Amino acid sequence: MRSDYLLSQLDVLEAESIHIMREVAAEFERPTLLFSGGKDSIVMLALAEKAFRPANIPFPVMHVDTGHNFPEVLDYRDRRVAELGIRLVVASVQDSIDSGRAVEETGRWTSRNRLQTVTLLDAIEDNRFDVAFGGARRDEEKARAKERVFSFRDEFGQWDPKNQRPELWNLYNTRIKRGEHIRVFPLSNWTELDVWSYIERENLEIPAIYYAHERVVFERDGILLADNQFLQRTEDEQTFTATVRYRTVGDMTITGAVVSTAATVAEVIAEVAATRVTERGATRADDRVTEAAMEDRKREGYF
Amino acid sequence: MDILRFATAGSVDDGKSTLIGRLLFDSKAIFEDQLAAVERTSRDRGEEGTNLALLTDGLRAEREQGITIDVAYRYFATPRRKFIIADTPGHIQYTRNMVTGASTADLAIVLVDARNGLTEQSRRHAFLTTLLRVPHLVLAVNKMDLVGYSQQVFDEICAEFSKFATKLEIPDLTFIPISALNGDNVVERSSNMSWYDGPSLLHHLEHLHIASDRNLIDVRFPVQYVIRPHASSDPELHDYRGYAGQVAGGVLKPGDEVLHMPSGFSTRIRKIEVAGREVAEAFPPMSVTLLLDDDVDISRGDMICRPNNRPHAAQDIEGMVCWMSADRPLAPRSRLIVKHTTRTVKGIVTDLHYRIDVNTLHRDEDATQLGLNEIGRVRLRLTQPVFADPYARNRLTGGMILIDEATNTTVGTVMITDAS
Repeated sequence: MRSDYLLSQLDVLEAESIHIMREVAAEFERPTLLFSGGKDSIVMLALAEKAFRPANIPFPVMHVDTGHNFPEVLDYRDRRVAELGIRLVVASVQDSIDSGRAVEETGRWTSRNRLQTVTLLDAIEDNRFDVAFGGARRDEEKARAKERVFSFRDEFGQWDPKNQRPELWNLYNTRIKRGEHIRVFPLSNWTELDVWSYIERENLEIPAIYYAHERVVFERDGILLADNQFLQRTEDEQTFTATVRYRTVGDMTITGAVVSTAATVAEVIAEVAATRVTERGATRADDRVTEAAMEDRKREGYF
Repeated sequence: MDILRFATAGSVDDGKSTLIGRLLFDSKAIFEDQLAAVERTSRDRGEEGTNLALLTDGLRAEREQGITIDVAYRYFATPRRKFIIADTPGHIQYTRNMVTGASTADLAIVLVDARNGLTEQSRRHAFLTTLLRVPHLVLAVNKMDLVGYSQQVFDEICAEFSKFATKLEIPDLTFIPISALNGDNVVERSSNMSWYDGPSLLHHLEHLHIASDRNLIDVRFPVQYVIRPHASSDPELHDYRGYAGQVAGGVLKPGDEVLHMPSGFSTRIRKIEVAGREVAEAFPPMSVTLLLDDDVDISRGDMICRPNNRPHAAQDIEGMVCWMSADRPLAPRSRLIVKHTTRTVKGIVTDLHYRIDVNTLHRDEDATQLGLNEIGRVRLRLTQPVFADPYARNRLTGGMILIDEATNTTVGTVMITDAS
């Protein structure tokens, strides 16, 4: 602690996130935290642990499982949840498809990304969650840069970007009617570099695929995709082995790897600090559809 | 590395987006794929050059209309500081969004076009900045290249603004002549204006002293959440009762005598924890947990302060309101939900003293209501007391939001001038 009463940027961000999480726990009946096993949700879960210590985290976590996840990430998810002794709700996209609630996309860029919205909204309704924490950050994408920390969703789960509640100081309007819910983003003001710096400082374990490893991949529209059973390759798409790591963790069908030799947190931080491409731009096929792809998905109720 | 939050006010015409684009670009916070997307869109629309406004205007409607509608948050860092920009719209119809962005800002940049001098808009932005008590204001006189880098033009604008500023309370005011387009005095000092001996804008942002802006004198700890582990098996935790919250003012240390409101009961701080780890002191904006010597009945919405320095337990509030609803006006007898720190109560507007013209600062005492984006002075009566300070003394214990009972939307904000 310094005598000038200044906090480091990570301490300020941590204090803000903890304040947000406690506000939710105090004002809502049935919160949940969306936990994918990705680095942002890992940091979010670590912050939740801190916010309520020495008590347990007072809400369950939920994973929207596309069925196309990296096995390393699912292993990590299950281990972490067991460690914390919290309840895990798995909302399965496969179940939504099997029950006819969602229809599998067809075509070359097929993915279950958009279908997640159906599964997510159904799970929120079935579990009567009135608030869900998400790990989205404003630096990720330009529609997210405009979203409130407490983001109101109507009874259809929709986001109305033109009609957001003003959000001043650290005062959050938590009032909703039955059937509506709020998405809360405690990491709104964190950047990718902040997340990595925090992982380093707090010595947080993350799934191995975030570090450089050898993998059989192929290239599609400039993105390196893991060769996997969910994707059909064309004849031109030859596989090869490369040393790669992942900057984001999502559906195997749309999440690309980057060529990297960064094998430690420190090396990853050095790489992130020097990179000239955003994490979504480098690795996410889902954002390339249109200029407003994220805004459109968010309007429908996406994360 | 610490954080500086700043708000930018101005319209596209003042070069605001160009300035932000320049800061982000020169600090390498714009990435190649973002720039490529902007270049592609600019080209598709047949625009000359790269329209940097497309970087910040993230919503479909904003790009379609070519204006900023809502606050966008942007991030960049230099080796000295992390910066959070609240990029706010300049048009009068988005006053509420500017107020929102300014509420958390340590500094505001008001942009003026050197060719036009001060406009109604720049006066309005300066007024809103002081209404929200942003501690530092920079008047950035932009487009100096288009007036031949003239010292005289700059001096005249500064003089005119200084005269206007006497009507406002601006704790710290800095004038910087810049050209956002050419980069003059943005990151580096410009050789085109050798008559200017101040810092570049970025240098000013990096070196500004902000630690003393927070109130470290009046201890204010709004209790947010009570932590009670239900672990009967662990005797250590069985009696654990922690009061969690974010410090809103002052410095707290173990052993300090503190007073609980509303009970008026005094006790001492036994221990302060951050995430279960003991710390020696707590100050804003830390989120901590307090453990007290005595078992007092304390719950969310209560306030912990010092026996000889307490906020007002106030049911009658005088304050400046910015009204944010298009659906209904604020008028005497309006009933509202009021959220102040961690306490939510009901309130009724008992008086509207005047509406202020945000362009001229003229007070209209005949006003009978406030519409969207209008600002006025009101008196509120609350069903329960809140533990409040004047906003000028503490932004966190002096600010409130107003919520519509029927729709649950946030319809207004109050900066408390007087609480009793």
